[in-house]
Amino acid sequence: MSQSYIDVRYVANLARLELSDEEVAVFQPQLEAILKHVETLSRVDVSGIEETAPLFGRMRDDTPHESLPPEGLLRNAPDQAQGQIRVPKVVNDA
Amino acid sequence: MPVTQLRKQFLSGETTPTAALLHLAGEISERDHQTGAYLSHDLDAGLAEAQNADISLPLGGVPIAIKDNMNVLDQPCTCGSKFLENFVSPYDATVIRKLRAAGAVPFGRTNMDEFAMGSSTENSALGKTRNPVDLDRVPGGSSGGSAAAVADQTAFAALGSDTGGSIRQPASHCGVVGLKPSYGRVSRYGLVAFASSLDQIGTFTRSVEDAALILQHIAGFDPLDSTSLDVPVPDYAATLNQGVKGLKLGLPKEYFGEGIDPGVRANVEKAAKALEAQGAELVEISLPHTEYAVATYYVIAPAEASSNLSRFDGIRYGHRAPNPADIEDLYKKSREQGFGAEVKRRIILGTYVLSSGYYDAYYTQAQKVRALIRQDFEKAYQQVDAILTPVAPTPARRIGSAGSDPLHEYLSDIFTISANLAGIPGISIPCGTVDWDGATGLPVGLQILGPHMGEAVVLRVAKAAEGVVA
Repeated sequence: MSQSYIDVRYVANLARLELSDEEVAVFQPQLEAILKHVETLSRVDVSGIEETAPLFGRMRDDTPHESLPPEGLLRNAPDQAQGQIRVPKVVNDA
Repeated sequence: MPVTQLRKQFLSGETTPTAALLHLAGEISERDHQTGAYLSHDLDAGLAEAQNADISLPLGGVPIAIKDNMNVLDQPCTCGSKFLENFVSPYDATVIRKLRAAGAVPFGRTNMDEFAMGSSTENSALGKTRNPVDLDRVPGGSSGGSAAAVADQTAFAALGSDTGGSIRQPASHCGVVGLKPSYGRVSRYGLVAFASSLDQIGTFTRSVEDAALILQHIAGFDPLDSTSLDVPVPDYAATLNQGVKGLKLGLPKEYFGEGIDPGVRANVEKAAKALEAQGAELVEISLPHTEYAVATYYVIAPAEASSNLSRFDGIRYGHRAPNPADIEDLYKKSREQGFGAEVKRRIILGTYVLSSGYYDAYYTQAQKVRALIRQDFEKAYQQVDAILTPVAPTPARRIGSAGSDPLHEYLSDIFTISANLAGIPGISIPCGTVDWDGATGLPVGLQILGPHMGEAVVLRVAKAAEGVVA
């Protein structure tokens, strides 16, 4: 945790987020200032400390139960046809 | 009017649920164009429910406003985002199902910072909310609409969510009671997830008694939330009026030092003295890792948010960018167009701290410091029954005064964030007013923190304090 440089466009792409040049210019110094503050954490002695696990967690029984009907699930779909959600082609022609 | 009083009027026949709802609708049309607490309200649907309300139930006929990030069947759930501007919920969140089972009428959807990211409600993409105490000021956030509605008396009570202070801080800024229960006490099923290890649903009310009453009926185990705890819910009303005689109340020295407005500190210290006069013992304590809370939070919360918000991809619901070149372009453009600046900043920050090569330095380190922050509280509660602190370093700032440095705004969350990192309950109750930044009579909040699942003692101290500080 030594440098607070962040390649904003590269990281945004990992998050599938398009950014304008203006946004990159605004976010760059803001994010670096935040990371600089976050780096104060490296001063804390954490030797012997276990990472906080998810606070609680429990598996439910694997039994069928009532869930949303298809019309509920499709209600907010931006594009649909024949009870399915329609998306652009995801597989290239061979 | 507090909910408990409204309930008495229902039972005595002085008024009816329908009349109460019509009264609220009148107040909303009279004042909400100024305050902007609500994003929407459906009077016809509310009236249909109020007319059928069973007033023999514990919350029978009581209208309750809902932050716009909880699903209510057939209502919007925008999260203050353009992305979900046209979303209509296909189901009820567990808290809504429980409110209905207790007879309450979910009525009106309150404004919020987009996806609950912010502490002023200025990050809402869908409307501006003003503080009813001073219309030039922010109501706080992210549950600013819920706080403003209760303060403006356009709601009797409201639900909000608190990830780093989003109930307690706006309650403090607007002069109402805001309760964040323990992690695991109230089901989050149907709450749109921001940071899943921190998020908790709670209440905005005009009295501590109302907070206890509503918590009683939204708390409890829910198999649909894997973090919901399967433990009994105590009868909060039974211990509410026991007073503070014999209780030890901790004052953490880290919460009264640099950066806090002297007027705010004086009010909180006065409240502590008033509780001492009622028989509580005040104990100076230390929570030594407090200075790292904001840094810890701004690793963990954005990390979890970047993961949670990956679901907003323009496929199954929400905004879809027109004419994408391919599926990848659809994701990127839909997210670019649908999200506001603060949400984008946090997604990028969260993606960065989780990315290969940085994960251990940021995320693992933050999780370890989080464990130390939690241990600070565990040690403190071996010594004291509850902890008294300010809620925010200053009263509500002016709308538009945040400047271009988000870190500055993040640092103002310092007194509320630790409770979320530790999973413990906290309440903000009105604690007098101060003159500050050219304004007079700005509300201050007293925060009372309890041990994990210790809502009963938090409410009991709050009830005792309510009578002497406001």
